[in-house]
Amino acid sequence: MTGDSFQSPYVPNTDLDRRLMLDAIGVDSVDDLFSDVPEGYLNYDLDIPSAMDELELGRYAAQLASMNATPGDYACFLGAGSYRHHIPAVVRQITGRSEYVTAYTPYQPEVSQGTLQTAFEFQSLICQLTGMDVANLGMYDGSTSLAEAALMAGRVTRRGRVSVLKTVSPLYREVLDTYVQARNIEVETIDSQNPKIEEGTACLIVQQPNFFGYLEDLQALSDLAHSSGALLIVSADPLSLAMFNPPSKYGADIVVGEGQALGVPPTFGGPYVGLFACKQDYIRQMPGRIVGRTVDTRGEEAYVLTLQTREQHIRRERATSNICTAVALIALMSTVYMASFGKRGLRHVAELCYHKAHYAAGLIDSIPGYSLPMEGTFFREFVVECPLPPERVNRMLVERGIIGGLDISEQTPNGMLVCVTEVNSREEVESLADALAEISRDG
Amino acid sequence: MNPDELSYSKEHEWVRMESDDVAVVGITDFAQDSLGDVVFVELPEVESEVGQFDKMGEIESVKAVSDLYSPVSGSVLERNEALVDSPELVNDSPYEDGWMLRVAVDDDSELGNLMSASEYEAFLESEDQGH
Amino acid sequence: MSELLKRLDTDRRKLLMDRSAPGRIGTTLPSLDVPTSDLPDSSLLRGELDMPEVSEGEIVRYFAQISQMNFTIDHNFYPLGSCTMKYNPKLNDEIASLPGFTEIHPLQREETAQGAIRLLWELQESLNEITGMAGCSLAPMAGAEGEFAGMLMARAYHLERGESKRRKVLIPDSAHGTNPASAAMAGFEVVSLPSDADGNADLDALQGSVDDELAGLMITLPSTLGLFDSNILEVNKIVRDAGGIVYGDGANLNAIVGRVKFGDLGFDVIHSNLHKTFTQPHGGGGPGAGPVIAGPRLVDYLPVPVAIRRDGEDGDTFSLGRPPKSIGRMGAFHGNFGALVRAWAYICTLGREGIPQISEDAVINANYILSQIRGCYTLPYDRICMHEVVLSATNLKRENGVRALDVAKRLIDYGIHPPTMYFPLIVDEALMIEPTETESKETLDSFIEVMKTIAEESSSDPDLLKNAPHNTPNTRVDEARAARRPDLRWRRSEH
Repeated sequence: MTGDSFQSPYVPNTDLDRRLMLDAIGVDSVDDLFSDVPEGYLNYDLDIPSAMDELELGRYAAQLASMNATPGDYACFLGAGSYRHHIPAVVRQITGRSEYVTAYTPYQPEVSQGTLQTAFEFQSLICQLTGMDVANLGMYDGSTSLAEAALMAGRVTRRGRVSVLKTVSPLYREVLDTYVQARNIEVETIDSQNPKIEEGTACLIVQQPNFFGYLEDLQALSDLAHSSGALLIVSADPLSLAMFNPPSKYGADIVVGEGQALGVPPTFGGPYVGLFACKQDYIRQMPGRIVGRTVDTRGEEAYVLTLQTREQHIRRERATSNICTAVALIALMSTVYMASFGKRGLRHVAELCYHKAHYAAGLIDSIPGYSLPMEGTFFREFVVECPLPPERVNRMLVERGIIGGLDISEQTPNGMLVCVTEVNSREEVESLADALAEISRDG
Repeated sequence: MNPDELSYSKEHEWVRMESDDVAVVGITDFAQDSLGDVVFVELPEVESEVGQFDKMGEIESVKAVSDLYSPVSGSVLERNEALVDSPELVNDSPYEDGWMLRVAVDDDSELGNLMSASEYEAFLESEDQGH
Repeated sequence: MSELLKRLDTDRRKLLMDRSAPGRIGTTLPSLDVPTSDLPDSSLLRGELDMPEVSEGEIVRYFAQISQMNFTIDHNFYPLGSCTMKYNPKLNDEIASLPGFTEIHPLQREETAQGAIRLLWELQESLNEITGMAGCSLAPMAGAEGEFAGMLMARAYHLERGESKRRKVLIPDSAHGTNPASAAMAGFEVVSLPSDADGNADLDALQGSVDDELAGLMITLPSTLGLFDSNILEVNKIVRDAGGIVYGDGANLNAIVGRVKFGDLGFDVIHSNLHKTFTQPHGGGGPGAGPVIAGPRLVDYLPVPVAIRRDGEDGDTFSLGRPPKSIGRMGAFHGNFGALVRAWAYICTLGREGIPQISEDAVINANYILSQIRGCYTLPYDRICMHEVVLSATNLKRENGVRALDVAKRLIDYGIHPPTMYFPLIVDEALMIEPTETESKETLDSFIEVMKTIAEESSSDPDLLKNAPHNTPNTRVDEARAARRPDLRWRRSEH
């Protein structure tokens, strides 16, 4: 076959088909169809590699994949916004169905009830989990949910100042700064020890548990925000909500979060799904896609995209956001995950994380040279102060087959943010403790 | 079709003078028909000021948003709160139950800037031919 | 329908919370292999968690049953204009599911993620070459976020030059709604630019709109009318001469890939929707990916991160870097890696031989449809089109009161997904048809026959169209009711 002209497996047209169609169109050549391109600007120069066959590409991709230290082969203690949890096989099987994978946005409700109904399920379960009145179908990720919530608070309160607790993820904070940079919004960092907010503040942004893994005093923060007419925005870890009080209990106005922990693999950072829920009153200021329940012309129950006048395709430059997606397939993963574990299972997984993280913390705290510098209740992450720069500790851990916690020495001296979930076996946790002890001894 | 006793604006709003200085404001039958099913109406707060031909709110159908322009200047006395739960009143009864605002009018000579029913109908016809 | 059948239908659509039975569970629970610790104060702990309780088999059957109510590209022809519903290669999904890609953590040390970062770098290089631009960030997680990033870059560029008064962005009236919304999020004032009678940007209006407050132009090429703006060089020159940035919305890159490069035409920054041109599946509305790709003037402002290659004695090493004047971070991590892997695999499969075939066949297919249904529907712009053809149903509306909506819904009865309707906004009763390059002539021929038949039906039996579709799980839905009385979640009180 070598020497034949390339025929893409994804294109059915052969040269004969093309000839027949060009004749029917009434042109001589393909280039005639590009006659609107200015003269001299057809450029066939394409310096990219040659086509690879499936066998060859499969090998190359496997080679690249094998160059990554893969948790499973390595014990991994990284969290900080992306968490490894066991994902039941049923999640992959259902979300791998081409009926969900290869459908478009459900603009035609008569032929999209599958996507629409699962979306309604997602909204419902996120409301159940967060305790909020309404939820949308998801944003790009937890960080953009947070940034969009800040913009929404500005619209609701007509105020231009945003207060962010210092214990919010620095990565999320960077995204917030990106999103508000052109918007005449002042972002102020608030000390969590003695929080105060200024007049004219649209919202107070809190992460629960915070970036370091510890619970914030949501009641006090809620009182603080509401006493000055600001909204309380809580970026909540959804799995923690199976165990701890939901932010709604403390009067949160908008609850956002990263849905990844609910059934989505870490995948080097994405795709994930940003959770977004709020009080009923603010629904028309919400960004993103929303599915509603209605009836069809026969009176049968049906689902449909609704409140679309908020969105860019109708309101254009006055839309609540420019977002034009909902990460529907990832929302479906989370939906199936929540359904699978359900009432008992979600609580069980959350408590496993709690116990394992505390077991690990106890072991590490007892190693000479290591300490836990932060006080309070933590969920599945905690901060360890190392005797050496965490950068060095982590390098030595990798040599021992362990991916250590996140180096947060910029936030706290020699700080390492360690995450333990139900996928970290007791052996892994103990080998981490042993390795840390060894590293401290050998320095 | 368009009641004779009302005055009309080019933006398809109507005004009914309840007394010398109180006006009731809504949108015309033509406007509601062009919009289709009205799903949401956003009106100014009571006691806020509106200016003649200035934007006073928004009206939404399923797939469109349009600005509402006040046909008179004055301060808002009352909003039709029934529209919150039943925006379809604007479609079903644009000149009666679907009214929008009661306004304390600053200057009733502004009515001179508006059209009579017959003038409005002529205006609609000329608009139609323009398209 | 009998009562029983009706009830079975209703049962099939019962929501998870209504299927819940105390004690059921849909998976096994991992065991506790460490000693327990004291739980925190009970005032912090949640009481009852009201979530579903269903068994695994019930979950599978439920989601399998409702999945059957979806129309998908795997099932049949999906000529949804502007959305590029092309075949999604299965190989890409398999490659993206390799544990070496799905299980890796975004904050792993770079030396433990060399394969992943190398892949990102290779994709950047390919996109730069394909579009003729200087640099690329894969961070934006959707086309609209790519637009937002690009416009923030334009803003940063003007601010750095002390030109904060440049706040006006021109956007053709045929644009997607995301363009004005993205420009507004980036702090600009949007001015709509009319199209001329041929569907190109109106040059006189453009000349009249440029001044020293011009920040730039956002233009989709080819346009949403499916047309290649034959004045594009003049358009870009006018904007650049006035000190503006030219933003290219690459949503329709499909039509010109491998033949025309944005960089050659003078674009400063573009985005590409990888879920369109590069076959990332649409997933019922996401995830996508919208890399932002910059020319020399804006490359230093790209968002974080950008993959970088360094030559070393032991071979190349790859890292994630921050461009010198970066506008910042668009998401918590490095973009939608899973989507990027699929796009990378697609480009590897086609290579330099296959990429130009995309645009060739996309454009042939669209023009073939145009040539065969000319006369049955109104053609607002009767000229050679690119990857999609915009028709109008105004003739059917005038003659029989049949609207674009009715034609679209009738197509469902024939097993074909409706085209995009009522967009672009400047075409009355628009029907926007995009066949893509992955459809065969046979498929197009049967579509053409269906479209002709529907045009005939519109006069012989207009009600047939107005009441379509006839065989779907739901007939047309009451969208007004949905918006007037939003019912957005399951509630216990109803039952």
